[in-house]
Amino acid sequence: MPVAAPSGDRFTVRIQAEDFDTAAEIAALSAGRVDIGAVVTFSGLCRADDAGDSAPDGSRLVALTLEHYPGMAEEEIRRLVDEARTRWPLLGATVIHRHGRIVPGENIVLVVTASPHRGAAFEAAAFLMDWLKTRAPFWKLEERAEARNWVAAKEADDAAAERWTAGTP
Amino acid sequence: MKILYFAWVRERIGREAEEVEAPDEVRTVAELAAFLAARGEGYAEAFKEPKVVRAAIDRRHARPDAAIAGAREIAFFPPMTGG
Repeated sequence: MPVAAPSGDRFTVRIQAEDFDTAAEIAALSAGRVDIGAVVTFSGLCRADDAGDSAPDGSRLVALTLEHYPGMAEEEIRRLVDEARTRWPLLGATVIHRHGRIVPGENIVLVVTASPHRGAAFEAAAFLMDWLKTRAPFWKLEERAEARNWVAAKEADDAAAERWTAGTP
Repeated sequence: MKILYFAWVRERIGREAEEVEAPDEVRTVAELAAFLAARGEGYAEAFKEPKVVRAAIDRRHARPDAAIAGAREIAFFPPMTGG
């Protein structure tokens, strides 16, 4: 059985329309190496409306269509991964972001971080998601029975990204 | 230079990309946005609130005062909502 070099860096960024296999991505990150003590995974899914969340006409969310800036989306997320690597002792990271039409219950984004100890893996995963939300060039279009609306950026997301610039961890 | 538009900026302008030759006095991202806003109704609508529209120069985020000299590709888009 082929085994990847145990000390090889594993940093992967993929922008794709198709779904991903979260378990397979986690396994690939740590396969064949013994220096990783912590793997943290964040999965972002397309969520159906909360009660009372539907449009004024009562129509429910049917799907999200994610538009992206080809080229820049991958480059920007790579820059975020590079920034995370300057802040935490990461041994690997995988970021996958889907584009196109996605229905409730489906995956949108995956962030997996690996490090010797859990603190760095937890923090780096949170950092990557917070910065990805405000810096990766993706835009969500909500599709409802009677309307299509671009999702507005949230101040809470700006605040979440901002906390990482207040001081270097 | 090539100008790209995304999401509702693209929809309001009615195109996703175009080649634009800006006059020499258009030196920054903000000046380019103002120049484009004067090109027609859809452009004016897209840049109605210039502070809301974000930009990237050659696939890197750029502030309104960033110089556009030498840029190959400039993109305008709303605040990002991925993740």
